[in-house]
Amino acid sequence: MGLPNASGDLSTEVEVDAFRRLFPLRFYEKHLLESIRPDARPLGRARETTIALGAVASANGSALAKIGSTTMLAAIKMEVMTPSLETPDEGCIAIDFHMPPICSPIVRPGRPAEAAPVVAKQLSDTILSSGMINLKELSLVSGKAAWMAYLDIYCLDADGALFDTALLSAVAAFSHLEIPVVSLNDDGKIVLSEEQGLSDREPVNKEKRKINLSSVPFSLTCVLHKNYILADPTAEEESIMDTIVTVVLDSSSQLVSLQKPGGTVLAYTSAIQDCIALTRQRVKELQKILEEAISGMEVD
Amino acid sequence: MEVDREDGRSQNQLRPLACSRNILHRAHGSASWSQGDTKVLAAVYGPKAGTKKNENPEKACIEVIWKPKTGQIGKPEKEYEMILKRTLESVCILTVNPNTTTSIIVQVVNDDGALLPSAINAACMALVDAGIPMKHLAVAVCCCVAKSGYVILDPTKLEEQKMKAFAYLVFPNSVHSVLPEGSLRVEGEPIENGIITSVTHGIMSVDDYFYCLERGRAASVKLSDFLRRNLQQQSTDSSKAG
Repeated sequence: MGLPNASGDLSTEVEVDAFRRLFPLRFYEKHLLESIRPDARPLGRARETTIALGAVASANGSALAKIGSTTMLAAIKMEVMTPSLETPDEGCIAIDFHMPPICSPIVRPGRPAEAAPVVAKQLSDTILSSGMINLKELSLVSGKAAWMAYLDIYCLDADGALFDTALLSAVAAFSHLEIPVVSLNDDGKIVLSEEQGLSDREPVNKEKRKINLSSVPFSLTCVLHKNYILADPTAEEESIMDTIVTVVLDSSSQLVSLQKPGGTVLAYTSAIQDCIALTRQRVKELQKILEEAISGMEVD
Repeated sequence: MEVDREDGRSQNQLRPLACSRNILHRAHGSASWSQGDTKVLAAVYGPKAGTKKNENPEKACIEVIWKPKTGQIGKPEKEYEMILKRTLESVCILTVNPNTTTSIIVQVVNDDGALLPSAINAACMALVDAGIPMKHLAVAVCCCVAKSGYVILDPTKLEEQKMKAFAYLVFPNSVHSVLPEGSLRVEGEPIENGIITSVTHGIMSVDDYFYCLERGRAASVKLSDFLRRNLQQQSTDSSKAG
């Protein structure tokens, strides 16, 4: 095949590593000819994905999502606020994405990651425009009180496909979210209820504890290189092959977003259709993983 | 189906385009692009020596600074900068001047819909004015999908906000070639059908998106013709002066 022949001793292993560092594109192309990637994945397969709900005990909803090595921690805190005059019976969601220096050697305290504000904006556009959450469900007393949900996502390990993992952790955190019980006190203000039985005030939202999620969005990032389409790239693949396509589909196969920011490879109709087909498969996988995680929590 | 648009345009009609180059004298290249009321000014400084820290020194580096009309620079501006940078990196020939940085500054003069496509078009014209080597031009259009499924081109800001979804699409410019028709095709499609950049906002069906692509390609052919006429005209003007 052309790779230095592996006779098992240390010297040939070092050679392969050196080849990988010195000629990364040729190293990858040798693998792509055999329709495989250096981590033994076929081209269309995403990395192993896990979701752990309730990772942050003090938050109202939280989730830790891992796709391969990329790890994101999402937490939601709810606060009561006065709704705006234009939308008196709607709540609000504020989404923020952080890349602390722990996630990657390129990020240092004085040198914030370039990707962070971009992923934050794309995340908040996707979540708000997908209609996953009906903001009217976040309303408490029309015109006077509504919920403000602060969703913070921290990247703990950046190894490619940041947007996918961040979106997955956000969706999982929302499905884990439990709205705290509140009641009206004598001044007409909303306060957090103490444990049921001890409080003598009627809770305002005793029944409504979970948010209804309709048309949940899931995404897949692919890298285009010549005629190959690699699903779910690692950070190394993203840095070598610069054409990245991110497709977000919701559970009814509607296209929520298709982002292709530049890149040397031009995307023709067939490539776009292949990316969308790969994303459809991935949506089914992710739905299953999320449902298993949720039912696992309920058993506990 | 006939669609009523507020300014009386038909579905596929673009707003009046205007482009002038070499308007700023200190910049190495500059261009002003307007589509209807949306107006963007782009200036190019470069190539300057040295690249930034994390960039590859064997290639030229492109840096984009986006200045909004009002307000502070926030996340939307950073997103525009990233999209513009990647689009222009794929259009410029980066191996000609290695270890240099070319800065492109985009100033929004007025935003009335289709802001990012106008900025991409302005930046390309500014790069041409500065003489930066490019493979082809990036021609950007905006398509909007309405709730009933019809697609309109080049929306105003009001139309963008009312519609269910919109897509910014960037294609290479159309090719006039002496080579026979078949030899320039890739996978059976002409080169100008390939998408350089696509940014969508809002929910649309997959079929709507492909329909937008078709309309976008047709519009990019018209825009390519406009660019070609504009560039040829201005170059003959300057040769008369010189």
